[in-house]
Amino acid sequence: MQYDEKRLTRIVATDCGSTTTKAILIEWVDGEYRQTIRGEAPTTVEAPLNDVTKGVINATQELEELARLKYKNPNIKFMENGEFVIPRKGDVGVDAYVSTSSAGGGLQMMVTGVVASMTGESAERAALGAGAIVMDLIASNDRRMNHEKIERIRELRPDMILMAGGEDGGTVKHVVEMAELVSAADPRPRLGSGYKLPVIYAGNKDAREEIRNSLKDKVDLIVTDNIRPKLEIENLGPARDKIHDLFMDHVMKQAPGYNKLMEWCQGPDHETVPIMPTPAAVGNIMQAIARAENIEVLGVDIGGATTDVFSVFTEDFIFNRTVSANLGMSYSISNVLASAGLPNIMRWVPLDIDESELRNMIKNKMIRPTTIPSLLEELVLEQAIAIEALRLAFEQHKEFASGLKGMQRQRDISEAFSQSTSGATIVNMMTLDLLVASGGVLSHAPRRNQTVMLLINAFLPEGITRLAVDSIFMMPHLGVLSEISTKAATEVFRKDCMVYLGTCVAPVGKSKLGKPALYAKLEMPDGSVWEEDIPFGEVRLIPCAIGEVAKATLKTHGGLILDKDKNRELNIDLHGGTVGIVLDTRGRQPFVLPTEKTQRIDMLKKWMREFKAYPETILS
Amino acid sequence: MGQAYSAGLTVTDSIILKKERILPLKGKVLVKKGDKVKAEDVVAETLLPGKVVPFNLANKLGVTPAQLVNFIKIEVGQQITKETILAETKGLFGTGLFKNEVRSPVEGEVENISSVTGQILLREPRVPVQVKAFIDGIVTDVIEDEGVIIENKSAYIQGIFGIGGETIGEIKVMVKSPADQINPQQIDQSCQGKIIVSGSFITYDAIEAARKNGVKAIITGGIDDQDIKKLLGHDIGVAITGHENIGLTIVCTEGFGKIDMAKKTFELLKKFDGHKTSIHGKTQIRAGVIRPEIIIPLDFDEKELVTKEATMPVLEPGTLIRVIRQPNFGKIAKVISLPEELTKVESETLVRVLEAQFEDGTKMIIPRANVEVIET
Repeated sequence: MQYDEKRLTRIVATDCGSTTTKAILIEWVDGEYRQTIRGEAPTTVEAPLNDVTKGVINATQELEELARLKYKNPNIKFMENGEFVIPRKGDVGVDAYVSTSSAGGGLQMMVTGVVASMTGESAERAALGAGAIVMDLIASNDRRMNHEKIERIRELRPDMILMAGGEDGGTVKHVVEMAELVSAADPRPRLGSGYKLPVIYAGNKDAREEIRNSLKDKVDLIVTDNIRPKLEIENLGPARDKIHDLFMDHVMKQAPGYNKLMEWCQGPDHETVPIMPTPAAVGNIMQAIARAENIEVLGVDIGGATTDVFSVFTEDFIFNRTVSANLGMSYSISNVLASAGLPNIMRWVPLDIDESELRNMIKNKMIRPTTIPSLLEELVLEQAIAIEALRLAFEQHKEFASGLKGMQRQRDISEAFSQSTSGATIVNMMTLDLLVASGGVLSHAPRRNQTVMLLINAFLPEGITRLAVDSIFMMPHLGVLSEISTKAATEVFRKDCMVYLGTCVAPVGKSKLGKPALYAKLEMPDGSVWEEDIPFGEVRLIPCAIGEVAKATLKTHGGLILDKDKNRELNIDLHGGTVGIVLDTRGRQPFVLPTEKTQRIDMLKKWMREFKAYPETILS
Repeated sequence: MGQAYSAGLTVTDSIILKKERILPLKGKVLVKKGDKVKAEDVVAETLLPGKVVPFNLANKLGVTPAQLVNFIKIEVGQQITKETILAETKGLFGTGLFKNEVRSPVEGEVENISSVTGQILLREPRVPVQVKAFIDGIVTDVIEDEGVIIENKSAYIQGIFGIGGETIGEIKVMVKSPADQINPQQIDQSCQGKIIVSGSFITYDAIEAARKNGVKAIITGGIDDQDIKKLLGHDIGVAITGHENIGLTIVCTEGFGKIDMAKKTFELLKKFDGHKTSIHGKTQIRAGVIRPEIIIPLDFDEKELVTKEATMPVLEPGTLIRVIRQPNFGKIAKVISLPEELTKVESETLVRVLEAQFEDGTKMIIPRANVEVIET
């Protein structure tokens, strides 16, 4: 159900995260929807409070206080007797309240398939797309012994299981065997012991009867359309919808206070607006941008515990989402160190620092996750760790965001000599139009220039790419808001959520340090001209404000290329932003940092100065 | 804003504690409401289902899954031993010549027979599991078939991080001040079964000496990250601990590196030197935060068992705080004021801050996120 501005003049949207509940106020002001006020409070799903609505009330109270100050009107209030007043009557109440949630660890799923890289991967894609964390993928061919699989299923305690396997009309044996293993494990749900674990079956339709026989007494079995009815067709929609229904009906109802929260989420006619898992809402809004602007988008949301990467690539707008469950900046910070290794983190640090001191600092952040870097040196270290967390999460995403595996593919003569196989990644940095950043370390970096530097170093965009940041982390709110008003969600997204940082120009290829790499001539909107023949291994930052466009002439030297058509000369409009236009001639494929320590530190300092990332005190 | 909420760890000489002691599966509760229990007493027990052994009987017998029904000798629910014949063929032309028989690989029960896959599932015998009281106290509630709630009055310290599970022992403070650390030579047979207390740090050699001498647990201010890696054989990626099996339990009260134990914590441990204590290193720093606990049971009257309503610690002028991040990590200070406006700190981050005065009289602006309240 969609409403217009006559019915929706004031909306409160919250995102109940693991640690913080973030509330925003969206209002119809002077003929447009704007996000006007933001408040937050600690999430309260844990003891001693054990009720998520307490955090929502606290965050909303902050909104009310700030609204009274902003509008100099002491009568404004959104809640009465601890509940939202819907619809709004003058100063009192709101027209809708909507929410997303990832509190209590979000939605945790286990998926099964027959062949891990085929039906298993499709099941994983469906679960991830629905906003879940996939705890494990168990497949007939995953090399574990059957008794090990049973043990694993038993110890996992997911919120629900998604079972896929077999194409319609194919063999039923393997998928039934998997059901027998699930039945033998007699799995229990993570939250609450008073209900059966929901299991969605989305495999070979011919096996449904056998699956029912195996599982109906042990679990709450829901049967839906096959996720992979034919090898070359992936049909994720029905399984994703079932996951969302079950998330509301089973998982949310078990979480403390969520019954009340679900009742609170209402549109102007008092109809329920389902609570969405936070990542599903972010995915919604990413896809909406890609379609509306007809562009390829890559998004990242780096949190304390997990890092989500979203992408929309190809002319078919293929959406992929991955969650790197143990890469994050607080709870999981120590795991970034374990996964990336200390040398990979140190390569981004322009300081000579004691190794054991750094290790203990990282561990102390892990056990006290809410602390913030007060010293500049600690900020530099945390941002170096962030680059590696982002890089690793992106590696995982590239591997996962691929075409369907296992398909026979007819090749024409032009492809006969290329190395591409079925299941190759569809992530192409050269065709990417927009890179969107979100999450504390990127959204709240003291300087936006740091965000630009982190994004470029971690993702290594190629060719010409626009960079943006979610100003105050409101993509989840807008994703769920789009369920009742696409107009409000997209207007606020364009005007208040997205902050364009600028554009990165990065020629692809390698050369020698100091050799001419890129000639750039930029005609700025004020009539001035910026011109330089930039050597290889350099960074330049040219200020160009948000909303402004520089007319650029770009020419590469030494075989470096600028776009997917391998052009070496381009006349193109480059969009500015709060940071500006970055010309990066450090090379791509490969991007190489000097291995010798002194040389590396000198280079890093030089680049950081160009990026204007840190005060001179730490770079001199 | 005159006050704000802030997280903090509890360190107190007297608290009414309530502990749920629940079985992993439904079973039998062995005590009743009002019973006085000791930490070592078993309060509930159950039998966990045995391991499931999948076994492809059709393959073993050399027949198709659909044919299996003609040869099977067992039925679902039947008890079996290693001698039980699961299925046998009739042999050549039904004469019994060259007949093939398959015996059970395990002892237990037949759980499932599938004519689709030819696989049978055998379940090994059940495994007994017991839940102990863990703390001396009174059973104040029984959750039928699941477990009990035990209450007591205790001196209580929450650690920041730990490894190793639940254990019980006597406290033995082995250093003079919270800044000192144990010398490995100090640890001998007299430490067997004890919970030893160091001050600011514990070295790897001291931990090894403690393991050799049968120490039950170590309480320390700080520990080195690399020593934990050496002990466990792997790095800790995510702080979910308590299941490690290293022969003893370790609880850190402050963090990683050499950090003086908070004076209040040290004084409390000294006060209860020689007392029986329950301790565990279970830590989960994620949704559902769990911190290690040091519980020293005290004498009490049943009427005292009234738990206070939980509240969040409040920051306000006069509150005692501890700094939990550099600079001044570990120092104690008193809040002077809580400015409302966002303030830029050295890292240029705009944050909510507080003004605090250290014990030596110096004043400092500190991000509110980097302090914890010391509850008094």
